[in-house]
Amino acid sequence: MIATVLTGACVLAGAGAALSAGLGLLRLPDLLSRMHAATKPQAVGLLMVLVAVGVRFPTGGVITTLLLVALLQLTTVPIAAHMVGRAAYRTGRVPRHLLYVDELDEALSPVPPGAGERPSGRGPDSGGEEPDAEH
Amino acid sequence: MSAVLGAAAALLGLAAALSLARLVRGPSMLDRAVALDVLVATMMAGLGVEAIAADDPWVLTTMLALSLVGFVGSVSIARFLVYRAPGAEEDA
Repeated sequence: MIATVLTGACVLAGAGAALSAGLGLLRLPDLLSRMHAATKPQAVGLLMVLVAVGVRFPTGGVITTLLLVALLQLTTVPIAAHMVGRAAYRTGRVPRHLLYVDELDEALSPVPPGAGERPSGRGPDSGGEEPDAEH
Repeated sequence: MSAVLGAAAALLGLAAALSLARLVRGPSMLDRAVALDVLVATMMAGLGVEAIAADDPWVLTTMLALSLVGFVGSVSIARFLVYRAPGAEEDA
């Protein structure tokens, strides 16, 4: 009985997280806000459904598969989000005037000559725009 | 229990339809990549609901495969976009 209630509650919570992500994808104005909404079903919603499946089938093989799915999901989703956010920033999809803190801008902008030494051994004008070309 | 599962399936279907709308409309390719990621996550949740409803966990292997390869699409889209010349419009 308790297992049935827990299964139903977890499934409904996961589906609700997925629905909130769908609404956020459609309603939110720019890419970073949509990425914020998109993380809900990828982490919380899917983990809720996995917990429900694990409660429903409490056998060793199923639990192992569910743990593997959760582990892979939680490691691959940040990679995709990182790559999308990086591409968005570098192609100018991120409206700069909406950001309160933009640490990447400071890190990527070239240091003017004579504006202070960098602690690393690189010259002051070698760290400018070209990290794009390498990766 | 079947009513709860039906409601969850309806919510998941609505979520998939909304992210599909963003996939069609999305002004840039990165919006489409994000929408595709959400669609894959929704499909995985739907597979879990299907496993509970059918009382048979055989679809968990499909969930495993999706969690392995689900991120490849958006990563490759993002990689190709960064290699574009700066100033080129990628809306297409």
